[in-house]
Amino acid sequence: MNRVVITGLGVVAPNGIGQDAFTRATKNGESGITFHPKLQELNFSCCIGGMPVVDDTLRAKYLSPLQLRGFNSAGILYGCMAGMDAWKDAGLAIDEHATADPHSGMVFGAGSSGIDKFREAIYLLDDKQVRRLGSTVVVQTMASGISAYLGGILGLGNQVTTNSSACTTGAEALLMGFERIKYGKAKRMLVGSCSDDGPYIWGGFDAMRVMSYKHNDDPERGSRPMSASASGFVPGSGAGALVLESLQSALDRGANIYAEVLGGMVNSGGQRLGGTMTAPNSDAVQQCIKGAIADAGIEAQAIDVINGHLTATSKDSTEIANWVTALGREGINFPYINSQKSMVGHCLAAAGAIESVATILQLKHQLVFPNINCEDIHPEILDLIDESRIPQKSMETPLRIAAKASFGFGDVNACIIFSNFSN
Amino acid sequence: MEKEELITKLKKIVLPYIQDQEAFDHLSEETRFITDLKINSANLVDVILDVEDEFDIRIENEEMEQMVSVVAAMNIITAKMGKQ
Repeated sequence: MNRVVITGLGVVAPNGIGQDAFTRATKNGESGITFHPKLQELNFSCCIGGMPVVDDTLRAKYLSPLQLRGFNSAGILYGCMAGMDAWKDAGLAIDEHATADPHSGMVFGAGSSGIDKFREAIYLLDDKQVRRLGSTVVVQTMASGISAYLGGILGLGNQVTTNSSACTTGAEALLMGFERIKYGKAKRMLVGSCSDDGPYIWGGFDAMRVMSYKHNDDPERGSRPMSASASGFVPGSGAGALVLESLQSALDRGANIYAEVLGGMVNSGGQRLGGTMTAPNSDAVQQCIKGAIADAGIEAQAIDVINGHLTATSKDSTEIANWVTALGREGINFPYINSQKSMVGHCLAAAGAIESVATILQLKHQLVFPNINCEDIHPEILDLIDESRIPQKSMETPLRIAAKASFGFGDVNACIIFSNFSN
Repeated sequence: MEKEELITKLKKIVLPYIQDQEAFDHLSEETRFITDLKINSANLVDVILDVEDEFDIRIENEEMEQMVSVVAAMNIITAKMGKQ
């Protein structure tokens, strides 16, 4: 069994693009949530959201003029940016003339692909102009669009695939890559996930009334995980990417090691025992957390910080209760916990990857990132854990082990245990 | 339309898709789109759409199959435009 370490990070988030900007913004508790007139024009209840700001100049740094011809897929763009950044951050070359590397692969998830491109295509199709679609529709709208784009850009010769499990996608991708390296099937795996954005991806959630509609005048205050005044999630988007590598491979090439993936677990609640299409089976969530801890070979007491799923719905208290039960820790003995979503919103399929990057950055910088917008912590949460466990300002403290969990529609769960690297 | 003008327009159309700059710099009537200019075969349909837009013509599937070189494209475009 190989030990698996993280040697590269890339992130495209609503509050910062690139590791430095994202770290700075997150550390300072800066929100990336803004008002979107387009949503208001379309009669959305929730007119705020988080979209990374990528202009034409920035796009052109990642994709060629040919790749950008007829290009209209936000998720693929964010994913390529994060993936290429992570690859370079790991000290690996992007060489279009090199042969494919049989030892490097990718699991890069997505919830949908090229939804805006698909919309364009549908208008043409309904106008009986199928022949006018050109060659660009399939590659941008196929579910595996992101892994197809990135796999070619990086020249990966091992498994190249896209996974999809709603808001668990990014965390699941990471664990799929982790297992592939652990069992010796690959030396390096680029893992991550991305999400489209805008009305055509967010509309369904707005219709379900699960998005926050009370902060259209005050977007930065809108995403309120763990707050008594939370009124639903704020949609976000972007991408996160991590280069996972066998410890041996990382040492052989003298790579910078951010952290180690100790273990993890994915499972499903089967939409039984309180679990539904949209709500978690708490037993399964607890089993997932406990399973991850067992897989990592640590004690629950060793966890220093949790990066939760915590979307800012009524389920936040349930999630905290599940952590308390699974870890057997409560009150002042509970680990520090935070939700990246307070600053970037719920980045849907990209959430698990962006938040995993944030988790690693906390280990790297030895600080707990702040939770914003929870000055009024929900009383049900305070019944379970001490207020000091939910830092509202960035806090320097020694951190060794971090847990990251993501939960998704379909009653699916993933939990990952990361550790500082020491050989 | 003069031959020269037609070639100039075609060069502008294929430029975004070519992957062999040298072949493009020496483009002549005999130049072939895939074998010489190394245009990805999937992109040929995009070249056809751009040709249709530029010359305001419609190119059918059978004609597209014949459009392997600059001269073939010129013949088809000229014939189509003559009919209009």
